[in-house]
Amino acid sequence: MATVVVPALLRKLTGGRDRVIARGRNIGELVKDLERQFPGFAGHLVENGDIKPSVAVSIDGEMGTGGVLDRVGEASEVFFIPAIGGGWR
Amino acid sequence: MAASTNGFKVIGTRPVRHDGVDKVTGRAKYGADYAFPGMLHGKVLRSPHAHAIIKSIKTDKASALPGVKAVITAEDWPVLSDKVEQGGEGPVNLAHLSLNLLARDKVLYDGHAVAAVAATSPHIADEALRLIEVDYEILPPVMTVEAAMKPGATIVLPNLRNKEEGPDKQTNIAAHIQFKRGDIEAAFKSADYVVEREFKTAMVHQGYIEPHNAVGIYNADGHGTIYCSTQGTFAVRGLTSALLGMPEGNIKVVPAEIGGGFGGKLTVYLEPLALLLSKKTGRPVKMVMTRGEVLRATGPTSGSTIRCKLGATKDGKLVAAHIWMGYEAGAFPGSPVGAGAMTIVAPYDIPNLLIDAYDVIVNRPKTAAYRAPGASNAAMASETIVDELAEKCGIDPCEFRIMNGAKEGTAQTAGPPYKRIGFLETVEAIKNSPHYKSKLEGPYRGRGVASGFWFNVGLQSSAVVNVHTDGTASLVIGSVDVGGTRAAQAMIVAEVLGIDVNDVRPLVADTDSIGHTDVTGGSRTAVTTGLAVFQASQDVVRQLKERAAKVWEKKPEEVTFENGVLGAKGEGIKPMTVKEIAGRLARTGGPVTGRATVNARSVGPSFASTCVDLEVDPDTGKVQILRATIAQDAGKAIHPSYVEGQMQGGTAQGIGWALNEEYFYDDKGTLRNTGLLDYRMPTCLDVPLIETVIVEVPAPGHPIGSRGVGEVSIVPPLAAVANAIYHATGVRMTELPMSPPRLLKAMLKKRGAAESQAAAAGR
Repeated sequence: MATVVVPALLRKLTGGRDRVIARGRNIGELVKDLERQFPGFAGHLVENGDIKPSVAVSIDGEMGTGGVLDRVGEASEVFFIPAIGGGWR
Repeated sequence: MAASTNGFKVIGTRPVRHDGVDKVTGRAKYGADYAFPGMLHGKVLRSPHAHAIIKSIKTDKASALPGVKAVITAEDWPVLSDKVEQGGEGPVNLAHLSLNLLARDKVLYDGHAVAAVAATSPHIADEALRLIEVDYEILPPVMTVEAAMKPGATIVLPNLRNKEEGPDKQTNIAAHIQFKRGDIEAAFKSADYVVEREFKTAMVHQGYIEPHNAVGIYNADGHGTIYCSTQGTFAVRGLTSALLGMPEGNIKVVPAEIGGGFGGKLTVYLEPLALLLSKKTGRPVKMVMTRGEVLRATGPTSGSTIRCKLGATKDGKLVAAHIWMGYEAGAFPGSPVGAGAMTIVAPYDIPNLLIDAYDVIVNRPKTAAYRAPGASNAAMASETIVDELAEKCGIDPCEFRIMNGAKEGTAQTAGPPYKRIGFLETVEAIKNSPHYKSKLEGPYRGRGVASGFWFNVGLQSSAVVNVHTDGTASLVIGSVDVGGTRAAQAMIVAEVLGIDVNDVRPLVADTDSIGHTDVTGGSRTAVTTGLAVFQASQDVVRQLKERAAKVWEKKPEEVTFENGVLGAKGEGIKPMTVKEIAGRLARTGGPVTGRATVNARSVGPSFASTCVDLEVDPDTGKVQILRATIAQDAGKAIHPSYVEGQMQGGTAQGIGWALNEEYFYDDKGTLRNTGLLDYRMPTCLDVPLIETVIVEVPAPGHPIGSRGVGEVSIVPPLAAVANAIYHATGVRMTELPMSPPRLLKAMLKKRGAAESQAAAAGR
C-alpha cells in the first residue's frame, strides 16, 4: 500500500489531504486505485494508457522510466511532479 | 583546481581532446560546410507582423522565377493533431511544433515562418521570397505576461484552454502549476523579517555563435538524410518523422560538429523544411539561418515576472516562502516555469511554502531551453531576497546559506527528499576561497554572493566499444559533442580497459549507426552516456577475460583484470595486456565488441555558488566585473578542464544576462535588436578570467560518481551581480538587465530621494 503525495492542485479531489494511501503493484494499478477513490484523479496523470509526457513520477526518490509499468513497493512513497526533461519515446 | 584523481588513473586527468586538432585547423565539419552535387539553397519567408491573420498566400510569381525549384507553405505538409509526445528535452505538442515551423491561418510573432523556397542560389531564393504575396489582417500584439493575463486580453491561440478555466474559456494561460506545504500564514506571522519584491527579467537568447543549419536529401525510395547542427540527432529524426508523416526508420540524421547550442538546438526549425524541399525538388537542399533569423525566429528563453516573499526569524532561519511566477511561453505553450518553480528555493530547507507558476502565451517566438531553463530567472528573485534577509539578520551571506542549506534528506520543492548532495560544500568553498577572503576596497565597489540548483536529467543512451587487433579501441556513441564530452567518454573507456586515452577513438555516430540516444542536454551526457560507456567497457572486459581463459584453459571467473592486464593463478601463466590478447582475438572467438544501453532512473543534481566583485561607474551606470569565482559540485570531474570550461561559460552567460542582454520589441511587436551589435553579449573584454572551484561530492549510484556539469553555473550569476550592485551602490535592482541606463536611473532616483530627505531634515 503505497503513500501517494498529492500534487497541490489535485488536493481539491482528496478533500484537502496531501497524502493518501493507494494499492497497486505498479503505477498503472496505483492510478486506477486513485481514480476509484478520487474520481477525476487519473485524467490529470494518464493519457492514451500511459503517464502523460508532462508528468514525471518519483518512486522512493528515484525517477521512474517505465510510466505505468514502473513497479511500486508495499511501502513506497510516490510523487507525481511536472516533467522537466523528456526523451523521444 | 579539481580534487585529485582519487584512485582513478585516467579520470580526473586533462588529456588533449581527440577532436582538438580538427577543430583548431578548420578541418572539423560544421553544418554550413556541407556541399553536395546539384545542391539547392533554401530560404524562409517570415512574418513582419507580431500577430496577424493570414488571409491568403500567393506563390505563383515566386515559383515562376528562373532558378526556383520549389515553394512550400503549411499546405504542403500534414495537419497534425494536438498530440503531446516526449521530444528533445521535454514534452512536445506536435501540432504546435508544425505551426511554429510553418504558420497556418495566423502568424504569432515577428519572424514566424510563412513559406520556404528552394532555388539554385541563395540570391535567387532571396529574390523569390520577395515575390511571395501574403495578405495579412493585422491584430494587436500581446507582448507581456501582464498584458496576456489581464481580463479581456487579446487571445493569441483561439483553441487554447486550461483545466482550471474550463473548456469554454479562451485564455492566454496555458498551464498553472502549484507547490504547497505547511502553513505559510502562520509561518510568516512567526517571522521577524519578511521581504517581498517583484522582479522582472527580459527574454534573452542562448547566443550560440553558429546559426541553425540543415541539409536535407530525400531519395526517391522514400528515405531521407539530414545533415545538421543539433544537440539531438534522434530528436531531429523523431520530430521530422512526425511533421512529414514519414516512418522514423526512413530518416537518417548525421550530426555535424556544433558551434554552441545551450538548449536552443534541442528542437527543429530548418531540418523538416530542408527535407520537404528536397522531396519536392529531387535535389539536396541546404538551409542556413542568418543571425537576424536566429534572434527573431528560434527559441529564446522566457522573460518573467516573479513576486517573491520570504520570511526569516531574527536568528536567520528561513521559515516561509510565498511566490508567484509568470513566464513568457512565446507563441505556443511550454515555458520552463515548472522548472523555475521547482528550483527557486531548492537550495534551502523551508518547511512552509506556496508557489504558483503560470505558463503564459505572448506574441513572441516560442521559447526553448536555455541552460538550466527557468532556474536563472527564479534565482534572480530568491537569491536577491536571501541576501536582503541575511543583511537584516546581520549574518554573513555565506553563513546564512549554510544555516538554511538543503542536505541529504531535505524535502525538495516537489516533495522527494534529496539524496547525497553538495550544496553546503559549494558555499563553504566560496567562503574559504581566496576571492571571498580578500578585501574589496574603493568607492562604488561591491561583492555579491548567490547560489543555484539544477536537477540534471537521465534519459536514454547507447554505447559500443570495438577492440581492434592492435589493442586500441573505438567508441561509438550517439551523444553530440558539446564541451568535450567525446573526450570524457574516451577517458572512461581508457580507465576501464587500462589503456592509454589516445588509444581510444571516440566517434559521434548518426542515427542508423548507434542505438537510441537522447539529446545532449539536461547535463546528462557525461553522466548517462558515461554510464553506458562504462558498462560497454565492462562488457569488453568480461569478453577479454573469456578469451584469456580460453588461452590458459581456465574458467573466466578465475581470470583477473587489473590496470589493463589479465592474469590467473597457475604454473606457466604469463599475464597478458589488452594489446596482447587483442592480437589473439581471431583465434579465440573473433572480434570483441562491448555494448550497453541505459535508461537512467536517478542522476545526482548539482548546486553552484558564485561570488562576484564589481565596480559601478556612478556617472554612466556601467558595471565592470572585477573578479568572479564559482564553486560547483561536479560529483567527480572526468576531465577537469572541460568541467571548468562549463563553469566559466555558464558564469559568463549569466553575467551577460544580468547586465545587458534583452529582446527589445517596439509597440508593434517588432524585434528591434536583431544583431549581435545591439543584442549585447559579453566578450572577453567584459569578463575577467573566471576562477573555478570544482567540489566533488560523488553522486550516489553512479560508478564514477559524476554529476551533470553543463548547466547549473548559469543559475547564480544574475543574483550575484545584483547583490554586488546593491553592496556597491545601495540600490536593489529588481529588473533585468541591469544595463547602464536602467542602473543609472535607479542610482539617480536614490540619490534624489536621499538629497530630498537631507534637505527636509535640514529645514
